Amino acid sequence: MAKELWKGNEAVAEAAIRAGCRYFFGYPITPQNEIPEYFARHMPEHDGVFVQAESEVAAVNMAYGASGCGARVMTSSSSPGISLKQEGISYIAGAELPVVIVNMMRGGPGLGSIAPAQADYFQATRGGGNGDYRTVVLAPATIQEMTDLTQEAFEIADLYRIPVLILADGMIGQMMEAVEWKKPKPRKLPKKDWATSGTKNARTHNIINSLFIDPKDCTEHNKKLQEKHDLIAQNEIQYEEYRTDDAEVLFVAYGTTARICQAAVLKLREAGVKAGVFRPISLWPYPEQALYACANRAGVKAVVCAEMSMGQMIDDVKISLAGSKPVSFFGTGGGTFPTPVELMQAAQSALKGV
Amino acid sequence: MSATQEEDEMNDHLTIVTGHYGSGKTEFAVNLAFHLSREGNAVTLADLDIVNPYFCSRERKQELTQQGIRVIVSKGADSDLPAINPEVYALFEPGVCGIIDAGGDAVGAQTLGRFSQKIKCVPYELLCVVNFNRPETNTPQKAEAYLRQIEYSARLSVTGLVNNTHLDHETTTQDILRGAELSEELSTLSGVPVIYHAFEERFSGRLNLPQDKQFPMQLYMRKPWEFESTVI
Repeated sequence: MAKELWKGNEAVAEAAIRAGCRYFFGYPITPQNEIPEYFARHMPEHDGVFVQAESEVAAVNMAYGASGCGARVMTSSSSPGISLKQEGISYIAGAELPVVIVNMMRGGPGLGSIAPAQADYFQATRGGGNGDYRTVVLAPATIQEMTDLTQEAFEIADLYRIPVLILADGMIGQMMEAVEWKKPKPRKLPKKDWATSGTKNARTHNIINSLFIDPKDCTEHNKKLQEKHDLIAQNEIQYEEYRTDDAEVLFVAYGTTARICQAAVLKLREAGVKAGVFRPISLWPYPEQALYACANRAGVKAVVCAEMSMGQMIDDVKISLAGSKPVSFFGTGGGTFPTPVELMQAAQSALKGV
Repeated sequence: MSATQEEDEMNDHLTIVTGHYGSGKTEFAVNLAFHLSREGNAVTLADLDIVNPYFCSRERKQELTQQGIRVIVSKGADSDLPAINPEVYALFEPGVCGIIDAGGDAVGAQTLGRFSQKIKCVPYELLCVVNFNRPETNTPQKAEAYLRQIEYSARLSVTGLVNNTHLDHETTTQDILRGAELSEELSTLSGVPVIYHAFEERFSGRLNLPQDKQFPMQLYMRKPWEFESTVI
C-alpha cells in the first residue's frame, strides 16, 4: 500500500482502530488533542464509542470498565493528565486488565509547559500508582514505529492481561511523517473467559476486582503478578542499535532524543569520532543485558545517557552497566531539546574524561 | 514564478493561507513571506494559528525578523492560552503586504471569521493548501469537503488552491505530479483555480508543470534533529 503522511497523534488513534479498539475515553490536554479529535471523528464509522469524559480520572475508569467487559480500549493524555490516571492504572494492573494508554509527554513538573519532554520516565517505568505492579512501556521514535507498536501494544495487553503504555512526547505527537500501514506479528491470544460479558446462564459470574481482603490471598495475587512480570521481562524486550559496531562513545537515548543523537553521531563520525546510539524501545522491560553487551564491546570507552529530562533513564543505564563503564549525562528539562551540537560536545567531553 | 497580481501591487494586498491540519500551510506561508520580502514588499506575517501548539510560524520569528519581515504572533501561545494579538489590525493599514497564517481546518479558520468584514475591505486572496498524501484529503472530494468547511468558518470564499502534495523526506516527483493532477480535478470540482504547485527546492527544474505556477520552497519548519550542526 502507498505511504501516507500522518501526524503522530492521528496515527496513534488510527493504529488503535486498526487493532480493533472500539472504545476510547479521554479528556483534552495539549499536545495530544488530535487523538480524541480523531477518535471522535472516526469511531462512528466503525460502530465504535468515543466519550469525552468529565475528567482524566473518569476516563481511565471507563477504560477499566470497557476492558473488564472484554473490549479493546484506549485512553490517552499528556503528562499532568497521566498523573491523574495513576490510581486507575494501578487498579487496572491489580485487576489484570488489558488497556492501552498513550502519554504524549510535555514539560513538568505540575502543569509545566506544553512543549515536548521525557520527564515521565520514572512515573512510567516505576509506576506512579500504588502497589507492586508493572506496565509494559513502549517508546517509539518515528511515526511509523508508533503505528506498529500501538497495534502490538493491544496484542501484548491481551496476551498478558496488563496495561501497556505508549510513551512518546509532544514532538512525536505533533510532527508528520510517512507511514505504511502494517499488521503486527500474529500472536496466539487466550480467550477472554474472565470478562464480565454476561453469563448467558451458562457459567458462574466473573468478578473483576483488585481488592483481596485476606492478606494471604493478596500475597498469592502478588506472586502471580510477579511471575507474569518475569515472563514479560523474558519475552518482550525491544531495542535498536545504530552505528554501534565500532563505536568508541555510545549514546543511550530513546524516542525523540535518540533521533537527535543519531544526527549527532553522523556529525561526530564526519569529525573522526566513532559514535553510536543504543536505543531502548521497551523501557519496561528494560534491555539491560543487551545494553551491557553493547557497551562492553572492545571499542567502547564512554557512555553518554541523553534525555529530555534532568536525568531519569540514567538510573536504568547504570543498573544495566553495573559500573562496567563510565556513564555521563546530558539532558534538558521542561520542554526544550538537546541540540545535535550539544550532544556532540557531551560525547567529546565524555571521551576526554576517560 | 509570478503571483496573480503584478508584483508592485503586492503592497496593499493580503494573502490568507488556510488548509487541513498538516497540509503545509505554515511552510508555505513562511516561504511566501520570504519570497515577497525579497521582491521588495513590506511584508507583515500574522500567525493566527490558535489551534496548533507546535510547528507554527512564530517559531521562525527570528529569521523572519532578520529579513525585515514584521511578525505578529498569537499572544500566550506558549502557555497554551493563545489569543489574537490586536496588532493584527496592522495588516489592514495602507502600504502593507500582509500574509495570514491561519490555523488548520475549520476550527483554525474561525479566527478569520471574526475579521471577515475587515478582510473584505482590502484586496485579498484566500489560498487553500492541499496535500493529497494526507489521508483525510487524499481525494478531490474529501479535499473539497475540508475547503467548504473552512469557507463556512472563515465566512470568506477560497480564491486559489496550492498543491503541496509531499511525503516529508520520502517525496518523489511522482507525488508532486500526482498532486498536480488531483488539484486540477479539485479545481474543476470546486471552481477554484490552482495558483501554485509548491515543492521542496531540490525538485526545481525536474517538474513538467507550468513555470508560472511553480513555487519552490526551502524547509524552515524543521524537527529538532534536522537543524544543522555546525561546530564541534
